[in-house]
Amino acid sequence: MTNENLYKYLIRMADNSLIFGHRISEWTGKCPTLEEDIALSNFALDFVGQSRSLYTYAAAIEGKGRDEDQLAYVKLLHDYKNILLLEQPNGDFGYTIMRAFIYSTFMHKFWLKMLNSKDETLAAIAAKSEKEAAYHVRHSAEWVIRLGDGTQESHNRMQTAADEIWRFTAEMFETDEIEMALIADGVAIDPKEIQDEWLSYIQEIFEMATLTLNQDVFMQTGGRSGQHSEYLGYILCELQWVQLTYPNSKW
Amino acid sequence: MKQIITPIWEVFLRSKNGLDHKHAGSLHASDAEQALQNARDVYTRRNEGISIWVVESKHITASQPDDEGSFFEPGEKIYRHPTFYHVPEGVKNL
Repeated sequence: MTNENLYKYLIRMADNSLIFGHRISEWTGKCPTLEEDIALSNFALDFVGQSRSLYTYAAAIEGKGRDEDQLAYVKLLHDYKNILLLEQPNGDFGYTIMRAFIYSTFMHKFWLKMLNSKDETLAAIAAKSEKEAAYHVRHSAEWVIRLGDGTQESHNRMQTAADEIWRFTAEMFETDEIEMALIADGVAIDPKEIQDEWLSYIQEIFEMATLTLNQDVFMQTGGRSGQHSEYLGYILCELQWVQLTYPNSKW
Repeated sequence: MKQIITPIWEVFLRSKNGLDHKHAGSLHASDAEQALQNARDVYTRRNEGISIWVVESKHITASQPDDEGSFFEPGEKIYRHPTFYHVPEGVKNL
């Protein structure tokens, strides 16, 4: 049973990284500047790399001879357990950066906690990912400050992005009986333990960015249980195409 | 509408401790912190360095092609090179 819980937990984390990595990769070649194009492509590579580590470990835990590609690409839409926030379209550069900031801030604190997991493989993945996440936070936070406290136009766009994104943030802190069991075993971490520091850092950066945090919104959730927005379908069309057209192909 | 041009920065990397920072290239950034981050992304993705300097290009004073005669030609004096010695045999670390 424990292994089945761990498998599901790993898939949730891996799906988050994969879908977000894919979303960000859509910026490659289209960023406002060459420097930012490389920066966001690095983000995408970091997230896809994290998902590889997690899928590979999940495949080993599952023990059915499936590999990372099969866990990542060969499944139905409702078998993806990523949170809704990460499948939303990129929007403008402001939305992309705001989402990266809010999510990376969460993930950085998440990986820092995960360093102490009793599961050695998870702790090792956390050690690598924590450094990547620290840079994601640093880079996106600097942009949030500059664009929020920039021109009237950039300020308005960042405020709109924050207001649109906030309704998807509660899902990051959800837990169910699978996670509670793993948390009790010291394997998983309780996201609620990092919620306060996450929020206070967001508020600190928003203050510097002259942005307002409007928290009084209805919270949308469902991705974790496989109930997705229409946008995930479009991602999967592209993401799964190679694997479905040429099954088991190798690079 | 006034065109706002993002400043250009020069990037210097130290590949390992004990070596000098060497010029790696240039990039656009609105300020020093972003220049540092952009340098990290553009020039250190493949373990090229362990330390980065950035300096806005406008702060660099460069010699001009016209200076060539007065600046560099006097350097062609053979006696300024330490080549008139015989190195004794057995001397190490030269």
